[in-house]
Amino acid sequence: MFFLEHIWVIPLLPAFGAAMMFFFGRKLQNRSVSAVCVGAVVIAFVFSCLTVIQYNHFADAHKHAPFEKVLYTWLGSGTGNLTYLTQNGTPAEFKAEAGFLLDPLNAIWLLFVTGVGMLIHIYSIGYMGHEGGYYRFFGYLNLFMFSMLTLILANNYAMLFVGWEGVGLCSYLLIGFYFHRQSASNAANKAFIVNRIGDAGFLLGLFTVAWYFGSIRFTTVTSLARSGHFSVGDPIITAATLLFFVGACGKSAQIPLYIWLPDAMEGPTPVSALIHAATMVTAGVYMVARSNALFVLAPTSMKTVAIIGALTAIFAASIGLVQNDIKRVLAYSTVSQLGYMFLALGVGAFAAGVFHVFTHAFFKALLFLGSGSVIHAMSGEQDMRNMGDLHRRIPITHWTMFFATLAIAGIPGFAGFVSKDAILWEAWSKDTSAYHVLWIIGWFTAFMTAFYMFRLMYLTFHGQPRMSHEVEHHIHESPKSMTMPLVILAFFSIFAGFLGWPHSLKGSDRFGEYLKPVFAPEAQVMSEEGKVGQVAAGLHEEEHTTPTEYVLMFLSIGVAVGGWALARRFYHRAGEGYKEPIAVASPSFYKVLYNKYFVDEGYDYLFTGRRKIDGVRLGVLGLGDASAAFDTKVIDGTVNAAGWMTRAIGTVSRWWDTVVIDGILVNGPAILARLVSYPVRLVQWGLVQWYAFVMVIGLLGFVVYYVAK
Amino acid sequence: MVPITTFHYLVTAAALFVLGIIGVLTRRNVVIILMSIELILNAVNLNLVAFSRLYGLHGQVFAIFVITDAAAEAAVGLGILIAFFRNKETVNVDEVDLLKW
Repeated sequence: MFFLEHIWVIPLLPAFGAAMMFFFGRKLQNRSVSAVCVGAVVIAFVFSCLTVIQYNHFADAHKHAPFEKVLYTWLGSGTGNLTYLTQNGTPAEFKAEAGFLLDPLNAIWLLFVTGVGMLIHIYSIGYMGHEGGYYRFFGYLNLFMFSMLTLILANNYAMLFVGWEGVGLCSYLLIGFYFHRQSASNAANKAFIVNRIGDAGFLLGLFTVAWYFGSIRFTTVTSLARSGHFSVGDPIITAATLLFFVGACGKSAQIPLYIWLPDAMEGPTPVSALIHAATMVTAGVYMVARSNALFVLAPTSMKTVAIIGALTAIFAASIGLVQNDIKRVLAYSTVSQLGYMFLALGVGAFAAGVFHVFTHAFFKALLFLGSGSVIHAMSGEQDMRNMGDLHRRIPITHWTMFFATLAIAGIPGFAGFVSKDAILWEAWSKDTSAYHVLWIIGWFTAFMTAFYMFRLMYLTFHGQPRMSHEVEHHIHESPKSMTMPLVILAFFSIFAGFLGWPHSLKGSDRFGEYLKPVFAPEAQVMSEEGKVGQVAAGLHEEEHTTPTEYVLMFLSIGVAVGGWALARRFYHRAGEGYKEPIAVASPSFYKVLYNKYFVDEGYDYLFTGRRKIDGVRLGVLGLGDASAAFDTKVIDGTVNAAGWMTRAIGTVSRWWDTVVIDGILVNGPAILARLVSYPVRLVQWGLVQWYAFVMVIGLLGFVVYYVAK
Repeated sequence: MVPITTFHYLVTAAALFVLGIIGVLTRRNVVIILMSIELILNAVNLNLVAFSRLYGLHGQVFAIFVITDAAAEAAVGLGILIAFFRNKETVNVDEVDLLKW
């Protein structure tokens, strides 16, 4: 159990690489940079494989219990300083450990994150070889691997949040890798800011869970949620899960927060492959799947997740139909596929969703790396209108991308077919017929997926060459370090599907079986609550292999092939000035699609405040401006008016006091007394002898009076 | 030789009294005024003593009281005068008019 006990080494390996790059990268040769950073990830991958193997032994011995390794208490020290009251009044301590959890769910993530990550690191050696900032790139990439591994191995929401923020930061750094380009810098800011909106939701969800359950540890929260003390539809749990889903929307690019992902293509292509296709954007899916015990208790949240997922899927796919930038098509494709994953989670098919994450990681990483190889061959050209007829020049890229396209389009036998069909079938077989609408959306999205992917293939690799002669002259197949990962990924794009081959096609769905311990208890809870237990993956395929499933499967194969045929018809011979079929059919609709439904512009009107009328900002910021104006004009005005009134009253009252009270009533009698006393004052000479004289006269007067009488 | 009768005393006392009054009313020096007041008091004393020949010793007793009183009054008056002189550097009564109004 050596590797399992030392699971914490896995994230530390790339962290070490990142630290090396941070301190010494500038001085190192490119060769040593690759040795350290790629070496760290390769060791991490090998370590992860061995860890997962050991975990499987552990799981067999311990009734499929998750393995938990707590290193130390990270937040909360037992001093009682972080104690708070939970909803039922019992004190709990806000405590987060630096702990690591391993169960089948994140074992899968661990394997494909390190595996795909390793391949992309190797690819980057070739792709970034001629670029400046080589060590910086690999440092960021290793830092990303560290954050991502922290995210998926965390045993509590706070640790997960650390990784969550870490991958967001690395995403920001890598999108803005070409920071001297204004558009890259803007895209990095956009990604970071939009992600913060989601992060705010996630944090609130975290605190809600901490308050409601008294713990943020996954195992504790899950067992409490499954203990039966909480009823289905509990409003607090619904709120918490909705908040978590806001976080997932930000990180996994769902409506309405998906807008950052297409812009994130400003980063180097390996970054797009690793972060914005295979790993980081699935963090939201991981988090929702990790919180499955909570989501199952909140049917409203589940419905929200399913509807948002389905809408995102069709919305992004329709935009992808008409984009000309090869990476942008793939970006919208990623958003769309993430929508599929959330659709699966929302209908309770957690295992199917995770399976799609797994297969998608391979074929989408392959598509991005292939597009990187194309861009490499085309001397940096990304516009498909200027490509064409590349299939003979760069055959390895062409064939590997072709397999990935078959996989994503859902051609039978390839990985994407199995996982996508599992999702569609789960959506259909969910109890009520309202879910059939979700199936129709998903089904139609599958059609569009096939169409835009084969459009991409035909425009890039077939038809007439439309590039300039100079570019044409330089076209060359990429070096081995780039094609080797493509081939490996192509292998998995073809065969990964067999891991989850459904029972209906005489498979055993080993993938779903493997995940059963993580999701299975939900089925029991839901059955107890009287819901139909169509939840856990792998449980019901045995019982439900009905003709419907074959019909649906046939229909989705039909749209996949139909999309391929349609794309072939329109783009197979695309020459200079080829026509877009949608533009021909409806120019206005084409314009709407081409401009991405004007969502960015709409957000400019609604949220960013860039749109102005007469210098007045619109939308939320305009509302803020209006509120500020209201505040300064009306509220402050009222306050000032009250103050002014007080002063006015004070002035009047002072006038009354000085003039009437002091002037008339106080000074009046005094003046009167003074006037009256004036004649009396005249005899007050102040000369003693005069007084004496008067006395003598008076005395004489008395004498005369008495004598005369 | 005409015997000295009460009438003579009274005339002498009246003359002294009038001299005192004139002194008080006309002289400007406060010291002189105080002396004139002594004259008036002594005129009264002479009257009291003169009438005591006719009506018993009460007048003489009263005269002794008046002498005592005069001594006290002289002491107080001169004390005030000295204090005043220290302030105003004068003993002229017509310059002592601070209490007017």
